[in-house]
Amino acid sequence: MVVGKVVSSTSHESAEKRLSVLVVDDDPVIQKIHKMMLTNKFKISDTQVAENGKQAVDLHRCGAIFDLILMDMEMPIMNGVQATMELRAMGVESMIVGVTSHGLDAEKQTFIGAGLDDCFAKPLTIQTISSLLQLIAD
Amino acid sequence: MDRNNLQRQVAQIRRSLIEQEFLDEQQFVQLEDLQDDANPNFVEEIVTLFYTDSTRLFHNIEEALTTRPIDFTKLESYMHQFRGSTSSIGAIKVKRECTQFKEFCLAENIDGCIRAFQKVRQEHETLRIQLETYFQLRRQAGLART
Repeated sequence: MVVGKVVSSTSHESAEKRLSVLVVDDDPVIQKIHKMMLTNKFKISDTQVAENGKQAVDLHRCGAIFDLILMDMEMPIMNGVQATMELRAMGVESMIVGVTSHGLDAEKQTFIGAGLDDCFAKPLTIQTISSLLQLIAD
Repeated sequence: MDRNNLQRQVAQIRRSLIEQEFLDEQQFVQLEDLQDDANPNFVEEIVTLFYTDSTRLFHNIEEALTTRPIDFTKLESYMHQFRGSTSSIGAIKVKRECTQFKEFCLAENIDGCIRAFQKVRQEHETLRIQLETYFQLRRQAGLART
C-alpha cells in the first residue's frame, strides 16, 4: 500500500494520492456528502462505503485495508462502538475517526474508549478531513 | 425575465433562506463548494436524497408513535437518525424541532412527542417548498444543468 503525500492548497487538491478511505454510515445523505468530499475535493479514488458496522468488519475480514475509516456511531445491525472494538480486536491499525451527532460527552467518551483515534461532530468539514489526511500522510 | 434578473432572484432567495435560519450558512456553503462542472447540481441532489430518505424515517417514527406500549428509546433513536440528516443539509429550524422531540422522548411524554413531530413535519415541508422554489429558479437562471 502506497501512502501519498497530502499537499495542502486552497483547492484542497494533492499532486499524488494513493490513500484509501472507508465511510461507515447508514445515512445515505452523509454517505454521499463524505464520499463527494473525499473523491472530489481530495481526489481519493479509493473511497468505499459501508452501511453499518458489520459491513465494515466484513470488509476487513476479507482483507481490505484502509488508511482512514470514518465511523458513524449509531447504525443498525452493528453500531460504531461495537465495530470499532471488533476492528481493533482484529488488529486493524488504521486511523478510525468517529463521526457522531451525539452532543453528550459521556456517549462520545464511550465511543472514543472503543478505540477511536478521534471523534468529530457530524457532518465533517472539509478542513477536518484535510487535517486527518495530512496526519495520515505525515 | 432575463437571466441577470433571475440570478439576482436566486441570490436573494438564498440569502433569505440563510437570514431566516432555514439553512445554516456554513453547512450550505460547504455543500455548494462541492459543486463543480462535473457535479453542477450536487446540492439539489443532496436535498432530494434527504427528502426521499425522510419519508422512510418519518414512517418509522409514525409507526413507533402509534405502537403500544411506546418504546421511547426506539423513538429517540429514529429521530436521532433524522436529526443527523438535517444537520448534513444545515436545516436549522427542522433540527431545532427534532431536539424538542428528543426532550419529550427523554421525558417519556407521548403527547409532547406527537406535538413535536407535527412541528418537525411542518418545518420539513416549509423548507421543502422554499428549496423547491430556489432550485427551480436556479435552473431557469441557467445556474444548474437540466
